[in-house]
Amino acid sequence: MAITPNPYKTTGALGWIDDRFPLTKMWKEHLSEYYAPKNFNFWYFFGSLALLVLVNQLLTGIFLTMHYKPGAETAFDSVEYIMRDVPWGNVIRYMHSTGASAFFVVVFLHMFRGLMYGSYQKPRELIWVFGSLIFLVLMAEAFCGYVLPWGNMSYWGAAVIINLFGTIPFIGPELVVWIQGDFVPSDATLNRLFSIHVIALPFVLVGLVVAHILALHEVGSNNPDGVEIKKKKDPATGIPLDGIPFHPYYTVKDMVGVAGFLIIFCAVLFFMPDGGGYFLEAPNFTPASQTNTPEHITPAWYFGTYYAMLRATPSFAGTQIWGVIVMGAAVVILFFVPWLDKSKVKSIRYKGVLSKTALTVFAINFVILNYYGLQPPSDTVQLISQIGTIIYFAFFLLMPWYSKIDKTKPVPDRVTE
Amino acid sequence: MKPLMNASLTRFARAAVVAAGVIVANLAAANSGGNLLPFTADSGNVASVQRGARNFMAYCSGCHGMKYLRYNRIGQDLNIPDDVLKKNLMFTSDKLGDQIKVAMPAASEQWFGRVPPDLSLETRARGADWVYSYLLSFYLDETRPLGVNNTVLAGASMPHVLWELQGWQKKAEHAAEGGHGGGHGGGSAFEQVTAGSLKPSEYEAFVTDIVNFMDYAAEPGKQARISLGLKVMLYLFGLLVLTYLLKKEFWRDVH
Repeated sequence: MAITPNPYKTTGALGWIDDRFPLTKMWKEHLSEYYAPKNFNFWYFFGSLALLVLVNQLLTGIFLTMHYKPGAETAFDSVEYIMRDVPWGNVIRYMHSTGASAFFVVVFLHMFRGLMYGSYQKPRELIWVFGSLIFLVLMAEAFCGYVLPWGNMSYWGAAVIINLFGTIPFIGPELVVWIQGDFVPSDATLNRLFSIHVIALPFVLVGLVVAHILALHEVGSNNPDGVEIKKKKDPATGIPLDGIPFHPYYTVKDMVGVAGFLIIFCAVLFFMPDGGGYFLEAPNFTPASQTNTPEHITPAWYFGTYYAMLRATPSFAGTQIWGVIVMGAAVVILFFVPWLDKSKVKSIRYKGVLSKTALTVFAINFVILNYYGLQPPSDTVQLISQIGTIIYFAFFLLMPWYSKIDKTKPVPDRVTE
Repeated sequence: MKPLMNASLTRFARAAVVAAGVIVANLAAANSGGNLLPFTADSGNVASVQRGARNFMAYCSGCHGMKYLRYNRIGQDLNIPDDVLKKNLMFTSDKLGDQIKVAMPAASEQWFGRVPPDLSLETRARGADWVYSYLLSFYLDETRPLGVNNTVLAGASMPHVLWELQGWQKKAEHAAEGGHGGGHGGGSAFEQVTAGSLKPSEYEAFVTDIVNFMDYAAEPGKQARISLGLKVMLYLFGLLVLTYLLKKEFWRDVH
């Protein structure tokens, strides 16, 4: 049976492949003929940077897995083996640990960009939903990875987080034992978290990232003006007037972003890999111990905001499940943003003072909550966390109201830069 | 009118500086646990780390192991020949590839109330400033089984192993309610009772060497990592310039 020649008229080796596999087709659709708005600004670096960090985590993770030995008796020693006896093992490990923190920095900024320019609005709701799923999976992935060195903070962090399931009525305590595979975090727990960290969640994560990008390329990128560039096309070519091919324009531009990012990333990785005790915590240089509890059990820094909300919620009717529900709801509510925003315009540039104030307060509040989530508990911390939790939810729950009545400015036909 | 305003402004500025100072001091105290001496380890000072290795092996390794550190790694990193290593630093093993294990029997728990901890990662778990302050803050205390206590770790079960060098000190009267640690002249929390074989400044240098060695031992690859990092930074700054120029060139036709 004859092969139907590919429509790109490619020949030679590439032609042979194109007759059988959509290589040129994919190259064009996603790179050389994917038309992105020409007015991307600084905030648009963080998508490609998130991808870079993901690749960094996958590659360094492969090498760490070659030397790491999961198991309550072996994990801590094997990490020190990596740090000392594996050639450049300390650098590989720091790339991975710094990468985990960088992942959250980059993803937080990427999400903030989405909120700022309304990148979740129709027709980009699914991009946002996939993105929220990525965030959720990333948190689970980070938690599992955090436990693996089996330091004392790993251990007690695992104990606290897994015990959150214990607040579920009736099945809670049994569920905790089932998750841990033991009555306390133990060898069984560590091994299953390892399995989830290196196989299950990366697999899901990569799949979701592919879905995220496919959905993006289906509808096209938003931009700082929130203008749909596909509405104004060159009649002759059908190419958006404000669009430029992703490759080479944004590939070369993102390379500048990568270089700038790597300068900061490598400065941390090579000169202060502990991140002042936030990226690698001091108690984690002591092996896990059931009898020796760290002075303050804090989660990794990137969970601060959500941990603050967990602690801020008082127990009620004899159960602490409300804190868990509030913390869960704080993540779940992200999924609904596309339908909570009733504004006629996408970008913050053309929104009114209400939306601008709301987003600014939300961002500042997020940072404050994050800070107080990591402080030892006190009445002040409790009060600030409670106010912060209310502000966090108010931003989302009041959005249908303030985004609707807010006075918007007219949106231009074309992008402005 | 004008001088008056200046005066009040000056007063305000002074108050602001004092307030800021108080806040910063409080933060520093909160971070350091209250009675730690300022100290920054320098594992890049090879001569100091070498002396520290000798001191550690002579005074500490009887009870404290460094089970993640190999003898020949020390030799390689600190330029110590194998024969010197064997003669001067290796007391519990004659195999160069061995890790620094402790010779003390398990019964030590009965002697001190607990097994002396492995010190491979001590400076990362507690901080180099903590270890430095700890070694300077032993004082005579009749109420303790071994007659010594420590202001950094109250109720420490470790004896003051270095007493011959430091001599004995007791808590100063004015600082009995938890002072600023010891050793640094004016406002010291301690009073010397009997002199040691080293002068106070020599003892501080001795402890500095030990802690520098422990900082080295906590991550032997640290110096190599930092020197690689400098090259990487140099490369990245070059890359930033080149990618920026490349971007500018490609974007010339975008208007």
